[in-house]
Amino acid sequence: MTDQIVLRHVTKRFTTKKLGTITAVNDFNLTVREGECFSFLGPSGCGKSTTLRMIAGFEDLSEGEIELCGRPVSVKEKNIYVPPEERGLGMVFQAFAVWPHMNIFENVAFPLQIRKLPKAEIVQRVKEALHHTSLDGMEEVYPSDLSGGQQQRIALARAIVTNPKVMLLDEPLSNLDPKLRESMRFEIKSLQQKFGFTIIFVTHDQSEAMAISDRMMVCDMGNIVQIDTPENLYNRPCNRFVHSFLGQSTFLHVYLKDNRVYVRGDSEQTLDLPIPENVDREMVIATRPNEIDLNRTKGFKGKIESRIFLTDSTQYLVRMGDQLLKVQTPHRITFAEGEECRVNLVKVMWYPEEDPGKEEERARRQLV
Amino acid sequence: MNLRRTRQGTSDLAALDGKTFSLDKAMTLVSFVLLFVIVFIPIFMIVYNAFFYEGHLDIEMFKTVVFSQDNISAMTHTVIIGLSVTVVGTIIGLFYAWLLGRSDIPCKNLMRALFMIPYMFPPFFGAMAWDMLLSGRGGYVNTWLMNTFHLAAPPFNINSLGGIIFVEVSYYFPFVFMQVVSALERMDPTLEESARIAGASQGTVIRKITIPLVTPAISAGALLILISSLAHFGVPAILGFSKQIYTLPTVIYAYIDRAGGSFEGIRQGAALSILLVFVVTMALILQKVVLSSGSYDIIKGKSMRPTLIKLRGAKYPLLLLAVLTLVLIVLVPLIMIFLEGLVKAYGLPLIPANFTLDNFHNIITSKQTMDAIQNSLFLSISAGVLCMFLGVMIAYVVIKIKPKGKEILEMLSVLPYSIPGTVLAIGVILSWSGQLGISLYNTIWIILVAYMARYLSFSMKSASASLQQVHPSLEEAARACGASHTESLKDITLPLIRPAMVAGFFLIFLPSMRELTTSILLYGPYTRTLGVQIFALRDSGQIPQASALAAVAICIIIICNFIVTQITKDKKGV
Repeated sequence: MTDQIVLRHVTKRFTTKKLGTITAVNDFNLTVREGECFSFLGPSGCGKSTTLRMIAGFEDLSEGEIELCGRPVSVKEKNIYVPPEERGLGMVFQAFAVWPHMNIFENVAFPLQIRKLPKAEIVQRVKEALHHTSLDGMEEVYPSDLSGGQQQRIALARAIVTNPKVMLLDEPLSNLDPKLRESMRFEIKSLQQKFGFTIIFVTHDQSEAMAISDRMMVCDMGNIVQIDTPENLYNRPCNRFVHSFLGQSTFLHVYLKDNRVYVRGDSEQTLDLPIPENVDREMVIATRPNEIDLNRTKGFKGKIESRIFLTDSTQYLVRMGDQLLKVQTPHRITFAEGEECRVNLVKVMWYPEEDPGKEEERARRQLV
Repeated sequence: MNLRRTRQGTSDLAALDGKTFSLDKAMTLVSFVLLFVIVFIPIFMIVYNAFFYEGHLDIEMFKTVVFSQDNISAMTHTVIIGLSVTVVGTIIGLFYAWLLGRSDIPCKNLMRALFMIPYMFPPFFGAMAWDMLLSGRGGYVNTWLMNTFHLAAPPFNINSLGGIIFVEVSYYFPFVFMQVVSALERMDPTLEESARIAGASQGTVIRKITIPLVTPAISAGALLILISSLAHFGVPAILGFSKQIYTLPTVIYAYIDRAGGSFEGIRQGAALSILLVFVVTMALILQKVVLSSGSYDIIKGKSMRPTLIKLRGAKYPLLLLAVLTLVLIVLVPLIMIFLEGLVKAYGLPLIPANFTLDNFHNIITSKQTMDAIQNSLFLSISAGVLCMFLGVMIAYVVIKIKPKGKEILEMLSVLPYSIPGTVLAIGVILSWSGQLGISLYNTIWIILVAYMARYLSFSMKSASASLQQVHPSLEEAARACGASHTESLKDITLPLIRPAMVAGFFLIFLPSMRELTTSILLYGPYTRTLGVQIFALRDSGQIPQASALAAVAICIIIICNFIVTQITKDKKGV
C-alpha cells in the first residue's frame, strides 16, 4: 500500500474582526494510504472540515504542504496551488449539493461532459453509476422530487462516475435520518470495495466513524489529538477528551497517598487498583459505565443515588466520595435507590487533572 | 396537518370565546371593506369609464384614443424604453452583484451601500441633473465641449430615447443588483464547490451553475425594472417633453393636464390607462413564462464562506470601473443638483462668483414651497402610519385568521403594486370626484387615498413576512397563561413584529416624500407636494430654485434614511 494523501505541517489561520487570529488547523501531519477509509473526527470547530477543504483545494494553506497521489497540490513555500477541478477528486457534501436546475442524468453526467467524453460513453457511464447507487431508470427525475437519501445517492453517483482515486466525504450522512444513515454507511463501504478508492470521511458522529473507518484521526481545537484504528482509540484513548468523545465514559477524581488510591471526598476506603508509573498526586481515572462490576459483597462501598431503566441496560448513579459514578448493568442485576452497593473498577485509564481554561477555549472557538 | 390545525385553532377559539362579534371577525370585515374601497373601486372605475359612457357601452372613444397615431408612437416609445432599460439594467445589476458577491474585490460593504443610493432618490432628480449637464441646448458639459473643441453641434443629447434610457438605467439597476446579491448570499456554496470538484473551471461554474440558480432572482429583479420603467413618469417627462418624445404615462398626464379637469380628458386618460395596464400585464405574463421552470430551494446547508474568486490582475481595473460607475450615477447628479441650487441664474458658469444662497432663502419665504413641504410631510406620515396599521391588520387576517376569501384579500392588497401610479391616480380621480357621490377632488385627502392604495402592499408584505415567523404556539402559550385573545395579540404578537412595522412605515414614508407620478395628476391649487413643486418650478423655467428644493429634498431623504438604519439596527425581532 502506498501513501496517497500526505499532509506535512499543514496550518490554517483565520483572522476575524471579533476574535482576532484563530489557528483553525495547527501543524497537521498525517498520511492516508491507498484504499484506506480514514475518518476525521471531532467536535465542531476542531478543524476537521477546514482540513478537508484544504485537501479539496477550497482553502489556502497558511503553512505546510499537501500531496495527492504523489503530486504536490498545495505547497505554501513554493506557491504551488492546484485548483479543485484539477485535483481529480470525488466529493460528497453534507447538504447534498445536487443542482436543482438539472435532472438526475444531467447532474451525474456533468463531470463527464466537462471532460468532453463522447456522448455514448457518458450515457453508459451514468447508467452504471446510477445502477451502483440504486437509482436505475431515474435519469429524468429532478432532485426536488426526491427524498434526502435519494439526493445523497445522486451526489454519490456524481462523485463515483469519474472513477476518482480519492473520495472526500464531508459529513455526508448528517442530514439523513438514523435508519437511512446506517444503510448508506454500508453502501459507501461496498462502493469503496467495488471501486477501490481511498476515503476521507469527516464526521462528528463517533459511532459512524468507528463503523466505517480503517483508521481515524481525532482532533480538538485545531490540534490532532490521536491517530489510530477505531479499536485502539476506544481501548487506549490518549487523553480524557478522546476517552469521553468515543463511547460512554465515566470519571472519578482520585488522589494518591502512601501508594494507595483514594476517591476524592472519601478518606477511609481505598480503590484496589494497580498504580501506573509517572502519576501525579491528583489524577482522574476513566472507565466505561458498562465495564464496572456492581455487586453486594466485595469492592468499594457506594450508595445508589438513582436508577434509570434504559432499553438494553439499567443505569445507576453511584455515590462515591464527593462524586457520582455512572454504571450500566444488565437488567438482571437490580439495586434499589438508596441501597448500599459495592463497586469494582475492572478496566481503567489514568489521566492527569485537566486545565480548566480548556473548556472556555473550546466554547470560544465554536463561535467562529 | 399542522396548517389545518392552526386554521381551525384560531377560529375555533374565537367561537369558543362565545362572542357573537369577535375582534377577529371585526378585523376581517374591516379589511374587506377597506380594500374594496381603496383598491377595487378605483380599478373598476377605470375599466367602466373607458368602455361605458352615461351607462351605455361606448367603444368608439376607446378606439379613437388607442389607435391615434400619437398614442401608438407613445406606446412604441414606452415599450422601447422599458425593454432597453430592463436589458441594460439587468446586465449591469448582474455584473456588479457578482463582483460584490463572489469576487475578492476590496471595500465590499461600502460599495454595496453606495450601489443602493440610486434606489433612495427619485429618478427625476437624476433627469434634472443630466438635463443640465447634457441637454442639447446649453447643457454645461455640451457647452464646454463645444467651446473647447470648437464643435459645431453639441456632442451629447440627453433629450432623446437614449438619454431617457441612460437615466432610468442608472436608477433602476439596483433592483436586479439587490435581488441577485441576496440570492448569492443565501445560496449554498457547496453547489458551486461540487461543480469545481466535478472538474469545472471557474468560468464554467458561473455559466452552468451560478447563473441558472440565480435566474429566479434575476427575473424577479428584471420584472421590477420593466414594470417601473413602463409606468415611469418623471424621467420621460423631464427629458422628453422638450423634444416631443412621449410615453404612455406622459401622454396620459398631457391629456389630463390639457383637459384641465374636464371629464372628457379624464375619460381619454382612462382609455389610455387600459393600454398601459395591458402593456404591464403582458410583462407580468412574460415573467410567468420565463419562470415556469420553477424556483429552486437554494437556501440550505451549513453556512460556509463561499470561495471568493481571485480577480488577480483585474482586481484594481474592476475596482476603478465600479468607482467610476458610482461617480457617474450617484455623485455627478447629486453634486450637480446642489451646485445648480446655488447658482444665481440658469446657464451661468458654475463658479463661486455666481453662487448665492438666495434660492435656498426663497424656499423658506415662498409660501407655496413651504406648503408643499408641509403637505408632503403630512401625506407621508399619515400614509405611513395608516398603512402600517392596516398592513398589519390585513396581514394578520390573511395569515392567522384565514377567513373564506383570503385569496381575494391578498390579491387586492398586492394588486396596486403592479398597477402604474398614473393609472391608479386616474382611478382615484374617477372614484372620488363626485361620480360616486363623494368629492375629494383638489383636496389633500384624494392624494392620501391614492398613496394608501399605492403603498399598502409594501407594509402588508413586510408585516406578513414577519407574522409568518411568529409560530402559532407563541400566541397559544399566552392563551394558556390566561391572556385573552386580544391580550395575547397586544402583548405577544404585536411586540414581536414591531421591527417589521417600523420598517413598513419607512417603506411608505420615504417613497411618499418624493412621489411625483400620482401626485402630479391629483394635486390642486393648495395641495402641491414636494415632488410636484420641484417639477412645477422646473417646468416654469425656475431651474435653480427647483434644484435648491431638490437639494433640500435630498437632505430630508438622507436624514430619514439615517434614522431608519439607526432604528432598525440591532433590533431584536422575528
